[in-house]
Amino acid sequence: MTTRPSPARWAAPLRRGAIGAAALVLACALWELYKLVGPDTGAHLFGASVLPRADARSMPHVWDVVARMGTPESSAAGSPSVGAAMLQACWFTLRVSIAGWLAGVVGGFALAVVMHGSRMAEAAVYPWVVLSQTVPLIALAPLVVGWGGKIHVGEFVWERWMSVALIASYLAFFPVAVGALRGLQSPQQAHVELFRAQAASPWRTFWSLRLPASVPYVLPALRLGAATAVVGAVVAEVSTGTKGGIGRLIIAYAQSASGDPAKPWAAIVAAGALGLVAAGLVTLLGLGLGRYRIAEVS
Amino acid sequence: MSTQLPTGTLASAPPPTGLTPAVEARGVGKVFTTRAGAVTALENVHLTVAPGEFVSLIGPSGCGKSTLLRLVADLDAPTSGELSVFGKAPRVARENQDYGIAFQQAGLLPWRTVRANIELPLELHGVGRAGRAARATELLELVGLPDFAGHFPHQLSGGMQQRVAIARALAEQPSLLLMDEPFGALDEMTRERMNLELIGIWNRTKTTVVFVTHSIPEAVFLSTRVVVMSARPGRISKVVDIDLPQPRTADTRETARYFELVTQVREALRRHESEAPLPADRIRAEGLA
Repeated sequence: MTTRPSPARWAAPLRRGAIGAAALVLACALWELYKLVGPDTGAHLFGASVLPRADARSMPHVWDVVARMGTPESSAAGSPSVGAAMLQACWFTLRVSIAGWLAGVVGGFALAVVMHGSRMAEAAVYPWVVLSQTVPLIALAPLVVGWGGKIHVGEFVWERWMSVALIASYLAFFPVAVGALRGLQSPQQAHVELFRAQAASPWRTFWSLRLPASVPYVLPALRLGAATAVVGAVVAEVSTGTKGGIGRLIIAYAQSASGDPAKPWAAIVAAGALGLVAAGLVTLLGLGLGRYRIAEVS
Repeated sequence: MSTQLPTGTLASAPPPTGLTPAVEARGVGKVFTTRAGAVTALENVHLTVAPGEFVSLIGPSGCGKSTLLRLVADLDAPTSGELSVFGKAPRVARENQDYGIAFQQAGLLPWRTVRANIELPLELHGVGRAGRAARATELLELVGLPDFAGHFPHQLSGGMQQRVAIARALAEQPSLLLMDEPFGALDEMTRERMNLELIGIWNRTKTTVVFVTHSIPEAVFLSTRVVVMSARPGRISKVVDIDLPQPRTADTRETARYFELVTQVREALRRHESEAPLPADRIRAEGLA
């Protein structure tokens, strides 16, 4: 059969991977190029900075940042390397992000189903969904921590990481709600009428038509949701003062920016890589759904 | 329903009580209310289709032929008159699965294989896995696609997709087959071949067919009666009995009688065309087509 794995099936992902790697190399090259030609003190026009400083303190060499990952975090005895500390922090943030992503996906999808259910619900809910994303996360974080602190149900105690996950879900739910709604509404008139002609129940129509038809819309939304969940988790860690994650590490390393400029950059690179890993993990979800993705929308 | 049917049998369900017409329209009208005002798509349509007939609806764009088919299928409701399908309200007929339907677009679900697309109606109505598979195999034979069971729709040509859509419409052995320009998007050669196949299927299943088309030769070749409709408002202007001998074959298209009947239908269409009202009116009415 034609769906058997063939070389052609792997060619496209390989090419995408190669393009991604090339883009990374290009970014590093541009960084180094600017360092080479850019003025050390930056450029100012009427007092406003128009070009960033290119000195070693503001823009360490790419290889310095990489090398810094292999050296100990601080001069204290037994201090782990920057790379090891970063990996540990990333692992913590990744788990919190996944929890937030899951909550966001469930919530976003539920909202999409409600909005799809009736025109009135869509008109009532959709503006709030959009509005929700204009509330600054930093304003929300202390509130969530405050509410969480009041939750005691039997043995259950609300922990700090749960607040972080909840805030991450607040960012992640948005693309999922919008994408899933578009996906559920995507079937052509002809398909909807076919199901109507078959006297299929709304539930059957949902399960056999709308849900499969929504896959090309939902998968990119899930990927976007994963990336925003990581951003949300990092920002929430910072604004709630949660220890153990990459957000905290960025703040801690930033304090040594003047003496050890490669160290904060290493943390920033790690946070970026974490978002890529999270989005990549979600891409794996799509591998088994090839037949639903003949016309993927991204 | 059809699970115990021996393979190879394609007889349709026994026609419900001899005298009940498959479709009966009495003074049916349909007015669409649009932002620009009310548009009469159909006016005072009387039509009776007997079980086993092959009736084509033909006419210019905007004559309401597709609208009439949609009313029969209960995809729209008439605004006046009475319509019954096997003596029942169209809604009841739809819920009882008395008809199968095929549209101009094949409308196959892209994520399902050809076989799974054909099985869809059976799946929706709770036929078991084995029953579905047996019936799908039968239908794949019937439409000449046994080798494509595992293909996906995008791997098929337009004509093949349309054959799958017809197989799907026939899946539950409906007593009535509704077809809305099913071959309208195909090239002339493919269309002629599909016509031969459809007439073969009709000969074997003896299903009642109501067929909407733009093509005069297609209507004459396939039908036992051709219903000529005129536009603005949509109404039946003439019914031409097609007395070509059965079974029809490729040679039927070369007989003198065939050409006579084609001419008759063409003239019936032209007579009303010459009375066509102002172009502005036409544009509005064609928006309905």
